Amino acid sequence: MNKWIAFITKRLFYMVLTLFLITTLTFFLMNLLPGTPYQNQAKLSPTEIQVLNEKYGLGQPLGQRYVTYMGNILHGDFGISLQFSDQKVTTLIGSRIGPSLQLGIQAMIFGTFVGIILGSIAAVRHNTWIDTFCSTFAIVGRSVPNFVVAVVLQFVFAVSLRMLPIGLWDGSFKYTILPTLALSLSPMADASRFIRTEMIEVLGSDHIEFARAKGMSELRLVFTHGLRNALIPLVVVIGPMTVSLMTGSLVIENIFAVPGIGEQFTKSILTNDYSTIMAVTVLFSFLLVFVLFLMDILYQLIDPRVRIGGMK
Amino acid sequence: MGNKNTVLKVKNLALSFSTAEGSVLAVRDVSFSLYEGETLAIVGESGSGKTAACRTIMRLLKQNASIEDGEILFEGKDIVKLSEGEMRDIRGNKISMVFQDPMTSLDPTMRIGKQIEEALRLHRKISRQAAKARMLELLQLVGIDDPKRRCRQYPHEFSGGQRQRIVIAIVLACDAKILIADEPTTALDVTMQAQIIDLFKDLQEKIKTSIIFITHDLGVVANVADRVAVMYAGKIIEIGTADEIFYDPRHPYTWGLLNSMPTLDTDTPLLYNIEGSPPSPGNLPQGDAFAPRNPYALEVDELYEPPLFQISDTHYAATWLLDPRAPRIEFPENLEQRRTAYFERFGLDVGL
Repeated sequence: MNKWIAFITKRLFYMVLTLFLITTLTFFLMNLLPGTPYQNQAKLSPTEIQVLNEKYGLGQPLGQRYVTYMGNILHGDFGISLQFSDQKVTTLIGSRIGPSLQLGIQAMIFGTFVGIILGSIAAVRHNTWIDTFCSTFAIVGRSVPNFVVAVVLQFVFAVSLRMLPIGLWDGSFKYTILPTLALSLSPMADASRFIRTEMIEVLGSDHIEFARAKGMSELRLVFTHGLRNALIPLVVVIGPMTVSLMTGSLVIENIFAVPGIGEQFTKSILTNDYSTIMAVTVLFSFLLVFVLFLMDILYQLIDPRVRIGGMK
Repeated sequence: MGNKNTVLKVKNLALSFSTAEGSVLAVRDVSFSLYEGETLAIVGESGSGKTAACRTIMRLLKQNASIEDGEILFEGKDIVKLSEGEMRDIRGNKISMVFQDPMTSLDPTMRIGKQIEEALRLHRKISRQAAKARMLELLQLVGIDDPKRRCRQYPHEFSGGQRQRIVIAIVLACDAKILIADEPTTALDVTMQAQIIDLFKDLQEKIKTSIIFITHDLGVVANVADRVAVMYAGKIIEIGTADEIFYDPRHPYTWGLLNSMPTLDTDTPLLYNIEGSPPSPGNLPQGDAFAPRNPYALEVDELYEPPLFQISDTHYAATWLLDPRAPRIEFPENLEQRRTAYFERFGLDVGL
């Protein structure tokens, strides 16, 4: 038990350290970007700029601003958006992150689930036409950009069949189906290729042969001993994949007119909306570091060989 | 031995593998019987077809293998003709198999207790509690201390010898009639080997199962076998009781094998080895496959394969030297010297 506490404490410390470094780096890099948050700065008088700088705290030297900013986020204050005046960044992000998270998580779950099944089938029937079919599907899924898939999905299901809404978002499930499908293609392809490789290796191993000699059916073999062993390495790649999906996709969100964070993030960079850039970066980094941390713990739980001693 | 019940009869078994160079015969015309409660050792070099023959009995063959000919009679049925479903009822239930490497035979992600219970529950309709009770009993039986605690551990928490014990517990779970052990001691160090062999002997006495023991280690054979079959290039070239094979071998290949066993009793400075290497199954010479390496080869060996000549009720060997027309060959001298020493060492009754 003590070893667990030590392990978690250590990981938490590194998490905080990582977040601190990312925040610091982003803060200075962002300020190197050309331009200012003001549109048509030439039309503003020096006094106006001074007033605005005062209001948003942009007048002080960079070092000073950095210290103030870091102090503020420690209190949970991420400042106000420069793009939408008087809107708090936290509110802005809060209203936008929901759809992105939902789409990302749905796509991840659906994609990996189908991917695992496809990969397993391909491995069991490897070197047959079924394998070729699954592998081709994976390659196509990996190489066709998801916006192409999105448009095709829209055409088939929304325009021709009129089964699902073509876009927009009202929070109900049917609006999430098409963007989820479009997003799930890449995790599906990745998971299926990954599981296929792992599974072929696992199915060739001695303990599978021994389980076969115990009289176990092929199907049971694949879904108990096979999958158990093949899934372990997948956990490692799934973490970062999840984060990149959760943080939203600019293109997919635009195509389906989903009010997500991906779109917001891009806009904030183009308009030099410093406080939004910072807040979104901190959020993304936090999600990434946190998911990696979860994956580490999960890895400990599912692979007894790397388990920390003392846990029973 | 002759009045014992036969549990398994292999008749004229032929197995081929399709390879890039075409189809090759890995097992050629193999016939033998396995009697109740006995241990039959199958001895041979790597690639002699001993493992392939035994995997055929389990029907655990790779996709590129096919049974060309022969029957394997078990409980009145021909295993060769059984469906995959019928075969699953036999595997692990009536015929079990132990593999060579205990380090990799167990699922690394599953508690060992569960792996034993799984074997039980695959073939017996028993409750979880009953399976658990039997599992603990099996662990005790194979000599794992403190089974209540250890059954919750994972394979990596056990040593190689202990893992092989667990594997044995798994194959014993359903009281199999036949146990096939494919070099179960090869991957273990010498002290572990001795312990595992003792365990096999112990268990056989307790549960009266028949064992097919595949090995290339004649020392192990001498320890466990009631009967021995020597395989070369996919064929059984000599088969007999352990005494007959060790003290009255007739095939020059068996002489070579026995000769290359290290002992402390002879004064030969160098370890004997059989010249050359076994032929590849895709490129067998005409006549006797062993002829090119056989210092006693006759002309006929290069033309015709020798049949199995009967020497006694239990002893057969496939060499033209046993043909009445063949010249008499003296038993190799240093083998004579060695076997005398061997008798003295193990105090066995020669009786031949």
